[in-house]
Amino acid sequence: MLAQQIINGLTLGGVYAIIALGYTMVYGILELINFAHGEIYMLGAYAGIIFFGLFTAIGLTSYSLPLSIVLTLILSIIFCSSYGFTIEKIAYKPLRKAPRLSPLISAIGVSIFLQNYVMLTQGATDRVFPYLFGAAGFDFIGARVTYLQSFIIAISALLMLSLHFFVARTMIGKAMRAVAQDRVMASLVGINIDTVISTTFVIGSGLAAVAGMMVAMYYGLVNYSIGYIAGIKAFTAAVLGGIGSIPGAMFGGIVLGLVEAMGAAYISSEYKDAYAFVILIIILLIKPAGLFGKSTEDRYK
Amino acid sequence: MAGNELRVTSSKNSIFKARPILVALWFSILFLPFKGAKAALILFVVLSTSIVLSRSLLSYAKSLREKGQAVSNRIRTIKLSTRSLFVARYSLLLILIALPFFVRDYLLDIAILTGIYIILALGLNVVVGFTGLLNLGFVAFYAIGAYTYALLNTALGIGFWPSLPLSVGLTALSGFVLAVPALRLRGDYLAIVTLGFGEIVRLVLNNWDSLTKGPNGISGIEPPYLMGISFWRLSNYYYLILIFALLTIVIIKRVYSSRIGRAWIAIREDEIASSAIGINTPMYKLYAFAFGAFWAGLAGALFAGKMQFVSPESFTFMESVLILCMVILGGLGSIPGVILGAIILVILPEVLREFQLYRMLALGSGLVLLMIFRPRGLFGGKSVSLRS
Repeated sequence: MLAQQIINGLTLGGVYAIIALGYTMVYGILELINFAHGEIYMLGAYAGIIFFGLFTAIGLTSYSLPLSIVLTLILSIIFCSSYGFTIEKIAYKPLRKAPRLSPLISAIGVSIFLQNYVMLTQGATDRVFPYLFGAAGFDFIGARVTYLQSFIIAISALLMLSLHFFVARTMIGKAMRAVAQDRVMASLVGINIDTVISTTFVIGSGLAAVAGMMVAMYYGLVNYSIGYIAGIKAFTAAVLGGIGSIPGAMFGGIVLGLVEAMGAAYISSEYKDAYAFVILIIILLIKPAGLFGKSTEDRYK
Repeated sequence: MAGNELRVTSSKNSIFKARPILVALWFSILFLPFKGAKAALILFVVLSTSIVLSRSLLSYAKSLREKGQAVSNRIRTIKLSTRSLFVARYSLLLILIALPFFVRDYLLDIAILTGIYIILALGLNVVVGFTGLLNLGFVAFYAIGAYTYALLNTALGIGFWPSLPLSVGLTALSGFVLAVPALRLRGDYLAIVTLGFGEIVRLVLNNWDSLTKGPNGISGIEPPYLMGISFWRLSNYYYLILIFALLTIVIIKRVYSSRIGRAWIAIREDEIASSAIGINTPMYKLYAFAFGAFWAGLAGALFAGKMQFVSPESFTFMESVLILCMVILGGLGSIPGVILGAIILVILPEVLREFQLYRMLALGSGLVLLMIFRPRGLFGGKSVSLRS
């Protein structure tokens, strides 16, 4: 029972962590709570369904299932990254010098817009993602792990590792860290701020797309309103780990997933969605810098 | 050389600088998977023509805007003579009093709703507009007010008037309770904590079945009675709301121009400076939270009495956003602006019934556009800054 909950929690936590990375990267660079990020994740889930449906229609899925899944994933990533890029250009870039709450309100506007945009174009009812892997799986220390779960855990781990190396080792990753530290200084040493910010949004949105598609596969049902609650949870994960810190977001996501799985199993499943909020409030009140965050004064001032 | 340095690039209109065809194509491609090729093609045609049109209109609009700025500045500086102000005010009041004799029940219904939202928006304005603290969970206070009256009435049989002070007091208290810990945070973190508070309240209402009857809500709430007059009749309820709305306006206006109100403005404009001149900033922020919540509690009780039914569905995050929109649309911190914002956002969806589906779509894009082009709202005051 406990092992089973841990596996379920890890699956969920992996997804939260991937979404949380998008929040934490944007916050690290712009100090903006990108409220629309959860909506990008929702778009990713829809894109997964739409592109997979397209491949089914042209017969690619019956030809090769893995190929069509990979292609769907790639297309969804490109699609969501384009949305992230566009949103930044329209809704956040003009507000870069505005007081800090203006972009937050703008982000809420984007979030509402995207939710209703998807509802109007795709319908208000649940959309179904085909049940691909079935319940097949293997037993692992007394828990039943489906192939899908192991796939999600593996992909999350892979993405987190590659992001870590991207930020730590590549030139653009270095530029991102520089912009996060001091935007003006970074521009003085020749870093193109706009490119870095756009890259951040593109990467974050791509990650959210993967998370969205994995959740669509995991639960099988997708709704236009899933982005809001998932976004809040991922934001909680980011805050839990210390917003702005990439390892923190990974850690926070996994902790949140585990807490939720345990809470749903042992306390009450009705309040499943409330755990995230309670954790969020407690963390913000006790240790606003999060578990991994540097307690820079102005972070919460 | 100097001219080169002084050149200011405006990033505001960057979207108009790009090639219109490419922009339209980009949006159409983004739209394509959601609605198919035909709709994307239509969008492409509409977008490219409208961007081309708007570009040519832009220069015209710019000159118009400058002119408009001058006009609105002039409007702002016009000092209405006390007498004409007096006449305008009382004729408006007369119209409002006479309203039930002329209009149908449907319009009266909308008027009642508008009144409730005016009270709510003015309450939120105390927190967001006066004090500059973003509260994204304001609807929680509204819910607490409504549920307190609903429960007192249905479970204990207490009437509207005795339970009104209880529900308003409880709401103000809950504002206080939230504010004590939350006010250590600033800016966006405070906003998120209030959002979390709002969601927790809604989840509790939704899941505490034994007390709140969960998602089914509480029905059979009595409308208020006073000295034999039942406010069940729409026109009577309208007067009740009118009196309370006027009371709200008067009291908030008085508080705004009192020492407390000036302290709030000072905190909004510069917190460090205001604490340096001896304003007890945490205390005044607490007042703002509790005072704002107080009005939400009143609006909640009135709402419960009007609907005779409450359910968690009425108190979602979207409701918080709607109230916030009223405050921002009219102009942060300006009392007439906020009233106008509430009126617009209640009446506009009613007028545009056919476009009901697009209401939230417009609200979302409206928020973005307001933040970019008119962060002070349509009728915003002089210097209102949303600072962190």
